[in-house]
Amino acid sequence: MNTLLDLRNIRHAYGRQTVVNDLSLTLKKGEIGCLLGPSGCGKTTVLRCIAGFESISAGEISLKGTVVSNASVCLPPEQRHIGMVFQDYALFPHLTVAANVGFGLHRMRKTERETRVAEMLQTVGLAEAAKKYPHELSGGQQQRVALARALAPRPDLLLLDEPFSNLDVSLRERLSLEVRDILKSQNATAILVTHDQDEAFAIADEIGVMHHGEIQQWDTAYNLYHQPTNRFVANFIGQGVFLPGRMLDPQHVEIELGVLTGTTPHECTPGYCLLCSPGSPVEVLIRPDDIVHDDASPLWAVILHKAFRGADILYTLRLPGGATALSLVPSHHNHAIGEKIGIKLEVDHVVAFSQPTS
Amino acid sequence: MKSEAINSTGDNTSTRSYFSRLSIYKQSGLLRWRLIPILVAAVVLIPVGTVISSFFSPASDVWQHLVETTLPALLSNTFWLAVGVACGVTLLGVSLAWFTAVCEFPGRKFFSWALLLPLAIPAYVTAFVALGLFDYIGPVQTMLREWLGPDLFWFPNVRSRTGVIVVMVLAFYPYVYLLARNAFLTQGKRSLEAAQSLGLNRTQGFFKLALPMARPWIAGGLMLALMETLADFGTVAVFNYDTFTTAIYKAWFAMFSLSAASQLASLLIVIVFAMILIEQQLRSRTRYAEIKQSAPGDRIPLAGWRAWLIAGFASGTLFFAFLLPVTQLSIWAADVFARDFDQRYLEFLWHSLLVSFLAALLTCSVALLLVYATRRQSDRVTRAAVRIATIGYALPGAVLAVGIFIPLAWLDNWLSEVVMRLFHIETGLLIQGTLATMLIAYMTRFLAVSHSPIDSAMQRITGNIDEAAMGLGLGGWSVLRRVHLPMLKGGLFTGATLVFVDVMKEMPITLMTRPFGWDTLAVRIFEMTSEGQWEQAALPAVALVLAGLLPIVLFMRQTDR
Repeated sequence: MNTLLDLRNIRHAYGRQTVVNDLSLTLKKGEIGCLLGPSGCGKTTVLRCIAGFESISAGEISLKGTVVSNASVCLPPEQRHIGMVFQDYALFPHLTVAANVGFGLHRMRKTERETRVAEMLQTVGLAEAAKKYPHELSGGQQQRVALARALAPRPDLLLLDEPFSNLDVSLRERLSLEVRDILKSQNATAILVTHDQDEAFAIADEIGVMHHGEIQQWDTAYNLYHQPTNRFVANFIGQGVFLPGRMLDPQHVEIELGVLTGTTPHECTPGYCLLCSPGSPVEVLIRPDDIVHDDASPLWAVILHKAFRGADILYTLRLPGGATALSLVPSHHNHAIGEKIGIKLEVDHVVAFSQPTS
Repeated sequence: MKSEAINSTGDNTSTRSYFSRLSIYKQSGLLRWRLIPILVAAVVLIPVGTVISSFFSPASDVWQHLVETTLPALLSNTFWLAVGVACGVTLLGVSLAWFTAVCEFPGRKFFSWALLLPLAIPAYVTAFVALGLFDYIGPVQTMLREWLGPDLFWFPNVRSRTGVIVVMVLAFYPYVYLLARNAFLTQGKRSLEAAQSLGLNRTQGFFKLALPMARPWIAGGLMLALMETLADFGTVAVFNYDTFTTAIYKAWFAMFSLSAASQLASLLIVIVFAMILIEQQLRSRTRYAEIKQSAPGDRIPLAGWRAWLIAGFASGTLFFAFLLPVTQLSIWAADVFARDFDQRYLEFLWHSLLVSFLAALLTCSVALLLVYATRRQSDRVTRAAVRIATIGYALPGAVLAVGIFIPLAWLDNWLSEVVMRLFHIETGLLIQGTLATMLIAYMTRFLAVSHSPIDSAMQRITGNIDEAAMGLGLGGWSVLRRVHLPMLKGGLFTGATLVFVDVMKEMPITLMTRPFGWDTLAVRIFEMTSEGQWEQAALPAVALVLAGLLPIVLFMRQTDR
């Protein structure tokens, strides 16, 4: 309904190397999107193209219905009204926190500016740090100053480039939820770039998994995990293994541990589709939560490794047929390596791919 | 916690001996190490004290004469020279640094290192080449007269204040360039992007952000350039532009008044210290402006006439500051080579190399001792002593020469008197006019030059490395030999090269403290240029320029990595 950002088939190349290829995405006002992918997949470049720091060689970027970038036009970053939080925050070390936050408000009157700065510092919970210098703050505080500075001019769109990568893990989790609350309270539209899926899940409404300069799947966190549309997404998001199987009919697939029922989301090639033709060999994604520990079950597996994780234990199992699989088991079911345990399949979402041709 | 970790390995005996050795090691250093920086600081403080105390000594006739005749001119000359050079090097250095660090234009990669090349040419060499080329009888004006007739009233007079300033700006801008470029490289692009994301355009971003953030570095480079300006002797001598350094020389060697020379030196020292104070004020205010290394982003591509304008600007600077002097020097040197490349020239060269080598050796040894002492015992006394010991770089060579000569002469007289009284032997002068005087003066002046690379090499050796070595059973001296020295090699080499080249170029200390008849390349250049024999000065100058290229090559190899 209310599209704020629209990327249509954009392409960006450094020299001969294509970094972003035919990428499209749209974002509605107030939504938080995320580009998730391994390093070098081009996600930061997309962000920099949106910000206007990089130009694009094909396609079109429009903001609030106005084209800001295409093959021939590139509106300067300062005219786009896009805020940015940099990976290293890029706080200005010679200015106080308040002056940093007020930096982008240079067109406002002084009193107005002071009010807005105070308001923003209040929002990020750093009101008492206004007169401090960036180097006097902890990493998490610096991060929040960067956020306040970017949000202060009320940008139409906020870009966050790996905003938590400089923080330690425990802080990351807490701060990412906090940042989401702040963004939502400001009704900000934002795009986050990260390689950390927990971070993406915590903040974003919709996530695009990127690989080789292309978006593999643009979806909610739930769907990315449970209904990945290709092998890369299935591998990249969460844990799991692929077990060989055979299609019985489009709704049923048989694997070593039994017959699974459900439809796999996939693009069906009419007339020739492995996933639709009975008998064709496939690989089925089995997540650790798909295999449940059950002593009463006739199925069993041998424990190869165990990783104690507090509330649960992640067992690596060898199935009778020789394949390995993961199983997430509540922590009180404590078994030793080499022990046989009973297992049961509980698969709500069937994810199957045709076997790789190689 | 550490001892627990070690104990948990179960080997209690080795743990105990490790710690007892560690504590002995540290205690035994207490007296020994602290003494070194204090002694070195004293050696530096004696000339400073001598010179400053002469300020309060009763005025001599010569001094009266100087005050009445030349002092006002000296002060105004020095003031305007400093102001002119400061403006020039800042404009040239900062703009070139910005363009090569943040923008993209034809030849940027080449210019980014080539613009350092002028550092290889001593300012006094650029000076005499400029005079030789552009003076009334020089080839440029002669040619113009042939084309345009004899009346060249519009041609600027090279032998002027502006002339000196232009030459010094061309010689000293690389200091500002180098430091400002460093600042811009590490923070320029990123801060500019941050500014743009907050709605500022690039020009606003430069003036509101990049420039203020780089201010401490620019001030540091400017300070180096001004130190060189105040210390300069050769350039102003070539131009007959009287400043304190030439006045000190004249008072001593033409009016034979060491006390007047010393009083002039005391004024110069006050000016220098005032500048150091101002600089430290600036630094302490901007201490928080630390640089965080950020990923080098893309440069701003310049297109069309702008790109070529900047390429032209950079080439022009390089042409006048490096290519033109070097070309002219080569031409002159080739002209006189057959006649001047003789036994005497080889003697100048040998003297220069020998004294530079000895000075480098002495200075680096002392610097190493200082660095090691600081490591062993980094308390307030040691650190203060080290800071004093390395202040010599701020002292103009002419001041140091006077300040070292006076106490040594006094010591000499005292010694010979004592020997005379005790043994009735006429000793003559023992220290004065020996290489020792000269070497002490060089060491005092250039200690900081070798101290900083050696110190930063030592900083890289963390305390854990020492402890690891000792944990593996190495004693104090073996740690130095087997761990520290190999790791310090690069720093020592850099320090030695820098001192070597600086001593080779150094003119006033050499002139004023050398043993009689001990002529070096720099002395030869001074003698020839004071007679206007530019061509004869070219051959020794070529050797200096070649030596001057050494540290630049070294520096570039380091930064390439």
